[in-house]
Amino acid sequence: MNDKVTLMKGNEALAMAAIRYGADGYFGYPITPQSEVLEKLEEEMPWETTGMVVLQAESEVAAINMVYAGASCGKAVMTSTSSPGFSLMQEGMSYMAASEVPALVINVMRGGPGLGTIHPSQADYFQACKGGGHGDYRMIVLAPASVQEMADFVGLGWDLAFKYRCVSMILADGLIGQMMEKVVLPEQRPRRTQEEVEKQCPWAVTGRTGMRPKNIITSLELDDDIMEANNLRFQATYRLIEANEVRCETVDTDGCDYLIVAFGSMARIAMKTMELAAQEGIKIGLLRPITLWPFPSKEVAQAAAGVKGILVPELSAGQMIEDVKLAVDCKVPVKHFGRMGGNVPTPEEVLEALKKELINA
Amino acid sequence: MAKVRGAVTVNTERCKGCNLCVVACPSKVLDLQQKEVNNRGYHFAYMAQPDNCIGCQSCSLVCPDACIEVYRVIEK
Amino acid sequence: MNNNDIIRPENLVYKKPSLLNDAHMHYCPGCSHGVVHKLVAEVIEEMGMAEKAIGVSPVGCAVFAYNYIDIDWLEAAHGRATAMATATKRLMPDKLVFTYQGDGDFAAIGTCESIHSCNRGENIAIIFINNAIYGMTGGQMAPTTLLGQKTATCPYGRRPDLNGYPLSITPLLAQLDGTCYVTRQSVHKPASVRKAKAAIRKAFENSMQGKGTSVVEIVSTCNTGWKLSPEKANQWMEENMFAKYPLGDLKDVESKG
Repeated sequence: MNDKVTLMKGNEALAMAAIRYGADGYFGYPITPQSEVLEKLEEEMPWETTGMVVLQAESEVAAINMVYAGASCGKAVMTSTSSPGFSLMQEGMSYMAASEVPALVINVMRGGPGLGTIHPSQADYFQACKGGGHGDYRMIVLAPASVQEMADFVGLGWDLAFKYRCVSMILADGLIGQMMEKVVLPEQRPRRTQEEVEKQCPWAVTGRTGMRPKNIITSLELDDDIMEANNLRFQATYRLIEANEVRCETVDTDGCDYLIVAFGSMARIAMKTMELAAQEGIKIGLLRPITLWPFPSKEVAQAAAGVKGILVPELSAGQMIEDVKLAVDCKVPVKHFGRMGGNVPTPEEVLEALKKELINA
Repeated sequence: MAKVRGAVTVNTERCKGCNLCVVACPSKVLDLQQKEVNNRGYHFAYMAQPDNCIGCQSCSLVCPDACIEVYRVIEK
Repeated sequence: MNNNDIIRPENLVYKKPSLLNDAHMHYCPGCSHGVVHKLVAEVIEEMGMAEKAIGVSPVGCAVFAYNYIDIDWLEAAHGRATAMATATKRLMPDKLVFTYQGDGDFAAIGTCESIHSCNRGENIAIIFINNAIYGMTGGQMAPTTLLGQKTATCPYGRRPDLNGYPLSITPLLAQLDGTCYVTRQSVHKPASVRKAKAAIRKAFENSMQGKGTSVVEIVSTCNTGWKLSPEKANQWMEENMFAKYPLGDLKDVESKG
């Protein structure tokens, strides 16, 4: 038995993984169903051990701007929130994208719109993947399907954010956040020293050490040609990310008759649906996008070759389904099945939907 | 008896002719050029009565564009 | 003794601080921002903090402060400067972190962040330019616009029944346990410029000594927005602004012992 295996909630795993990564700061505001992230951090008191700053801000608006500042200083900073809070953060997301600063933002989704419900949802897919803030920007969106992935994607998210100077997002849902599972946390890494930060991020606002030329982090540029050049540079980065960072998991897609494309909690449920279907002799394969942006379009198209139809079950009215349809270029029937309002379907419901929409249609 | 003598130089291209230095000067040393303008079209400040300057820095303190340098000597 | 005898390096008693660079400032002639920029640059230079200073500029006329003072800068979203300063200072406590904000940024859209940063006692300095109008967007009503004062969005004068009352925010901040120094200054006369500079220095020193939040409000003019000459704007400020926003220290924890 691995003594490093512990049992904890997904939200707690986020907090512990952040400390272990050597994070410099967390700034957040309580909101259900992810308040355990801040609670766990306050309980762990990492400022006493690693020196990590933890601050409960006065609002999500303040929190995201604290993250914006920390990221601009080259620090490994993060926030976590849930859907209504993430809506409040959209301005900051846009500014961070425009300023090309690396940060980690976590949305443990709940049902909307509005105050909605505190129960799980995946209805912020558009907001995360298509840009909830203003302007042409993208962020890397990682969709964990287990508590282990909650822990693993913290480090991955920051690594990618620093690699591309962009915002990484973990798009989880209330189910993954609240669920307790066994998890192996990463080894504790030391926080970077200020010298290391300045070496890694020569663009960062740190004070003019050694009277180097001044660094300015701004999203403002009134010269249209320079602003267009900035946009072209952002887009070039996004193309690079699309080329290098697509991640997905496929299960039994070779020779399957039907394909399910699902992410996060919904993919976990679909795994059970596949078992149930197999008992009835229905061969279903699963493609689980791990990066929702960049979306695994080529991988979906490959897996879809030869299938009779694709079901896209989501905890929403159907959002990722648009990317699946684009991926297969409408050459295969693509059907949606979803529950909303915080409801989570059973594996049987998903199988019924597949039969109704694709087999008996 | 020691006499304080002063003089100022104006960065005429930086000056926006706001007149605040003229008003602030206790010795009525400064004025704006009546006809001459700088490259941006401003009537810049100059020492109209240089002999009156006591180098008190009032003009430079209130100048929003930091275009005035002040020099002072004590004549013995 | 003629001018050439006086204008010699050894006789120089005042010059532009070197941290204030040669870029032509976009401010209107006579704008108070220029004076305050100059003071900020002088204080940082005199404290020997050029390598440690980090400014947070606002949205408003001072949005381009970063182009003029040669230190590292963050440019905040509208109203969020104190949130950015909070994180910056907490992540790098040995830096000199200050915000530079106008009345709309600090006392309207950013009121929540302003109050909570002060209440937490963040070790930052806040320079708050109150000229009772929105300058950059073209002279609209500010939270601090006086009753009866005409702006583009209260063209017949501010009326309490339509527009509410002018917000005097610094006395509110002085009540908070987190602030150590709250003062109101102006920069319209040589003596007031000297006092304002001393206040900024004190605020910066407080932040480095970890005493809590310092707020330096500079009651300022916006002669273009007010549609007055710079000189007349100073007079109008003395006659109208100082009654609502009287100058002086509102709080100085140190002086009380």
